[in-house]
Amino acid sequence: MSDLTALTIAEARGKLSKKETSAAELTEAYLAAIETANPLINAYVKVTEDKARSMAKASDAKIAKGEAGPLEGIPLGIKDLFATEGVHTQAASHILDGFEPRYESTVTANLFADGAVMLGKLNMDEFAMGSSNETSYYGPVKNPWRREGSNMDLVPGGSSGGSAASVAAQLCAGATATDTGGSIRQPAALTGTVGIKPTYGRCSRWGIVAFASSLDQAGPIARDVRDAAILLKSMASVDPKDTTSVDREVPDYEAAVGRSVKGLRIGVPKEYRMDGMPQEIETLWQTGIQWLKDAGAEIVDVSLPHTKYALPAYYIVAPAEASSNLARYDGVRYGLRVPGKDIVDMYEKTRAEGFGREVKRRIMIGTYVLSAGYYDAYYLQAQKVRTLIKRDFETVYADGIDVLLTPATPSAAFGIGDQDMAADPVKMYLNDIFTVTVNMAGLPGIAVPAGLDAGGLPLGLQLIGRPFDEETLFSLGAVIEQAAGHFSPKKWW
Amino acid sequence: MSVDSATVRRVAKLARIAVSDTDVTAMEAELNAILGFVEQLSEVDVTGVEPMTSVIPMEMKKREDRVTDGEKADDIVANAPASEDHFFMVPKVVE
Repeated sequence: MSDLTALTIAEARGKLSKKETSAAELTEAYLAAIETANPLINAYVKVTEDKARSMAKASDAKIAKGEAGPLEGIPLGIKDLFATEGVHTQAASHILDGFEPRYESTVTANLFADGAVMLGKLNMDEFAMGSSNETSYYGPVKNPWRREGSNMDLVPGGSSGGSAASVAAQLCAGATATDTGGSIRQPAALTGTVGIKPTYGRCSRWGIVAFASSLDQAGPIARDVRDAAILLKSMASVDPKDTTSVDREVPDYEAAVGRSVKGLRIGVPKEYRMDGMPQEIETLWQTGIQWLKDAGAEIVDVSLPHTKYALPAYYIVAPAEASSNLARYDGVRYGLRVPGKDIVDMYEKTRAEGFGREVKRRIMIGTYVLSAGYYDAYYLQAQKVRTLIKRDFETVYADGIDVLLTPATPSAAFGIGDQDMAADPVKMYLNDIFTVTVNMAGLPGIAVPAGLDAGGLPLGLQLIGRPFDEETLFSLGAVIEQAAGHFSPKKWW
Repeated sequence: MSVDSATVRRVAKLARIAVSDTDVTAMEAELNAILGFVEQLSEVDVTGVEPMTSVIPMEMKKREDRVTDGEKADDIVANAPASEDHFFMVPKVVE
């Protein structure tokens, strides 16, 4: 970690504008850090050195001419789920072998138009399906955090594990990520970074490899709340290529950082107090409540009665949508092809070899719940329960609650190759128990680091907002950050 | 509800995923664990509840009905495992 890679985006932006450093220097510092760390951490599946250097050079020219964009010269990592023109885009799956799209996703195009530099593509769970980054075809990402006095490798969370690990280890200034059931907020919480999933429709999904289209949303993972606000401002836009993107002005999110939270009404939902939840999580939650109280917010106990049904409903809706979205991988138009004796044999062999175990499992569940005779019992029932989950939130917001405060995850980072989770897929799914409700209701949610557990591992709190009220999340997130302080892993790589 | 090995094979066929006997045994157990977990949804009273169609209420956007894209066959087939003269090549389908 050189001094340059230790800078936040806001700090780097200041130094660049004062000509105290250049985009080229910044980019070289990150490329050098990646070269040392990546063989150990495995956060990047592809480093795009040449592209990074030429983008940095172009940024320096723009800065010299006084034409710098809001993210001019800031080196970012891009999750492998985002289509990047002419560059490795494989959703960390074997089935997309060699795929280099001829187009750019809207989110990355927005970032690059604002001057950002791409360092490379980041590791993730295959097709964003996982909570530990262990389902990647490229192998697991290691969490830069380790328990005190231990050298055991821990997971960074998932699916945006490469994004979270690279931000925590200072291998990029910030990263793009996506969240279908918690894939931004859970890895952010497990790595001591800030991650925000904006309201559904805030960022365009165009050019992002689809997992579950009614739940998928892009967002940033960053070192602090301000950086997350800066990145989201550039990522968000209305897009004629995504009819679910909303035509609504993107506010200046950064201006919300530091804004007073006095008088805001914070709901604390009792259903998030789960059986068997570690005492440390409960204590962290209480501490967070006190911080917000001290800042002048009012705390109100609330109830979201259908909370416990969110995860089971998600495991019907998300696999159902995934089974449809992933039907396109057939060995004909792109990626891997395994020859067969006829076309159906080719499809079946290609998909058997190209998809990993977790992806196959979800396609199978999705195919089953959508199949004749089961559609009403599973899919239709789940979509009705989803309406009730959303109604729970609407009711508390209508009662004057501005934001909800909950833990981000039920535990700190766990070991790579955890036997219990490997043996029972449902155990792994429970990682998303506090985050998945937010996707089911389409709401914005932010995870902010709030403390360390007894072993010295980071823990996060989650704030859930009203639709399109990301600004309040940034204001309150900054209050938590101010009270909790910053957390960085001890370098072992 | 739970699945047996015949159902696993049928679903794998529908999903176009080749499965071995070992795969079927493993998948049967995993799918039943997941289906057992989601079973609790049946206890929710959904009388009169509309199924969710969109999380954010919005009007369907429409655009003018004219061609706005095209003339890029090279791009379309660029990533194909096998192509010829801008056609995707697949194993013989009709005898």
